[in-house]
Amino acid sequence: MVISVASGKGGTGKTTIAVNLALSLPSAQLLDCDVEEPNSHIFIKPQITEKVKAFVLVPQIDKEKCNFCGKCAEVCAYKAIAVIKNKDVLVFKELCHSCGACSFFCPQGAIKEVEREIGVIEIGRKNDLEFVGGRLNIGEAISPPLISQVKAHINSGKNVIIDVPPGTSCPVIEAVKGSDFCILVTEPTPFGLNDLALAVEMLRKLKIPFGVIINRSELGDNKVDEFCRQKKLPILMQIPFKKEIAVAYSKGIPLIEGFPEYREKFKILYYKIKELVK
Amino acid sequence: MKQIGIISGKGGTGKTVITAGFASLAKDAVFADCDVDAADLHLLLKPEIIERHKFKSGKVAEIDKKFCQRCGKCLSVCRFSAITEDFVVDPISCEGCCFCSYVCPAGAIRMEEKICGEWFISNTRFGKLIHARLGVAEENSGKLVSLVREKAKQIAEKENCSLIIIDGSPGIGCPVIASLSGLDYAIVVVEPTLSGLHDADRVIKVAKHFGVSVKLIINKFNLNTEVTERIENYCQINNIPIIGKIKFDESVVKAMVEGKTIIEYQDTEAKREVTKIWYRLEEEIT
Repeated sequence: MVISVASGKGGTGKTTIAVNLALSLPSAQLLDCDVEEPNSHIFIKPQITEKVKAFVLVPQIDKEKCNFCGKCAEVCAYKAIAVIKNKDVLVFKELCHSCGACSFFCPQGAIKEVEREIGVIEIGRKNDLEFVGGRLNIGEAISPPLISQVKAHINSGKNVIIDVPPGTSCPVIEAVKGSDFCILVTEPTPFGLNDLALAVEMLRKLKIPFGVIINRSELGDNKVDEFCRQKKLPILMQIPFKKEIAVAYSKGIPLIEGFPEYREKFKILYYKIKELVK
Repeated sequence: MKQIGIISGKGGTGKTVITAGFASLAKDAVFADCDVDAADLHLLLKPEIIERHKFKSGKVAEIDKKFCQRCGKCLSVCRFSAITEDFVVDPISCEGCCFCSYVCPAGAIRMEEKICGEWFISNTRFGKLIHARLGVAEENSGKLVSLVREKAKQIAEKENCSLIIIDGSPGIGCPVIASLSGLDYAIVVVEPTLSGLHDADRVIKVAKHFGVSVKLIINKFNLNTEVTERIENYCQINNIPIIGKIKFDESVVKAMVEGKTIIEYQDTEAKREVTKIWYRLEEEIT
């Protein structure tokens, strides 16, 4: 089963839930798909056994063959190629989405697609937990291709937990799509509620079953509870706010190590999800 | 006119609370919520929308069943797995590259303009707010951020405002890069956790990569004084000025629940510190 852990708002506890759920299950696999700001490794401290560079394809123009006809610029929907008539071709690699149209349509066969590095994928393990994490290079704008390359390492024989980036736009979609279930982590504050509602809308659009975890419960108001009740969303777990939990988090100590009573709670969480997916 | 942006790398460190605090203290400023993906600033600033516009960006393919000959050309060229075996386009996966529409021998594929969200100009009790809502599961957040910033600039010029204050989004990808360009200062809000420092370091590198100078605020600094010290060392080594340290304060959540900025809420340590930070910052900017 593939379980992704998402939230509209950042900093609600996605990584906490993903890491502790993965650590509570026998021989699971954890994928850190928050490739812009990966944090799971801080808690897991995996032994990295392999580092793979991640690439996207971008056009390379053979200026000997190019006759500056302008076809490539015409078909590029992202304005990633500009042709100066009879003189030069400029490629703006950061704008390229690797669709391949330019090289396909070049009448001179002057365009070759070449690899451009955008990040790295780290593969390793901690005891019987498999770990795969992506890390986007500084200055790169587009993360979905890296996220999909991390997901290519999914071990479908295992329970796979995916740590998702915050928000509801393209990197999040790339990370959650294909999941059997998605956990939405929120906090009981107006910001938490607002962003939870957006995330719910997103998952409904993707038709992925989901449930809610309220982190730092008792800290704000009960509007998130009310929202879940009204919309009949299952509340899978509540983690009350405790300063000691926040301090353990700050040191990179997984919840189930600092507070062993949570190990059982994460196991129950898994069974609840299994029931809901059935 | 000056522009400052509040960013953090990691989400949930206090960007919006601090931005709203600054908003209640700033004179002659325009505010831009550039967290278009999960905008929250409006929950504290309570905008009265005076203008509402559709954000059109990008395209999405649509296959006309009447003309489709099911030849499979479109399927073979699409790299985004956006066309099903039954020749239906999945609008969420479609990247709008138009490749399929070019190769379709029957001319059955039309590229439709996509409405990816909405953006607004609003009045608030502190000044004008430009904000937006990216449609759920949409793309082009960077373009929407750039649009929001462009409008904020136009309004600031028209109304003779000397400052634009930008609430950024978490991460280091396209919306953050779009929020950073041309800023006078990026204010990085960090919390004293290993994740917070790790993520702040990455976003600071992005800011430097694009030539933006950085100042730093440590929020909830007393949660872990050891990590706070590490952040202070990091700043010293990397020559980043720390412009304030805010105590962990439960009143921040209470103010939020009441829909108030911490400046409007009762007298607390967090309020006093944010006020101090603001006046120092303001003096330096102007």
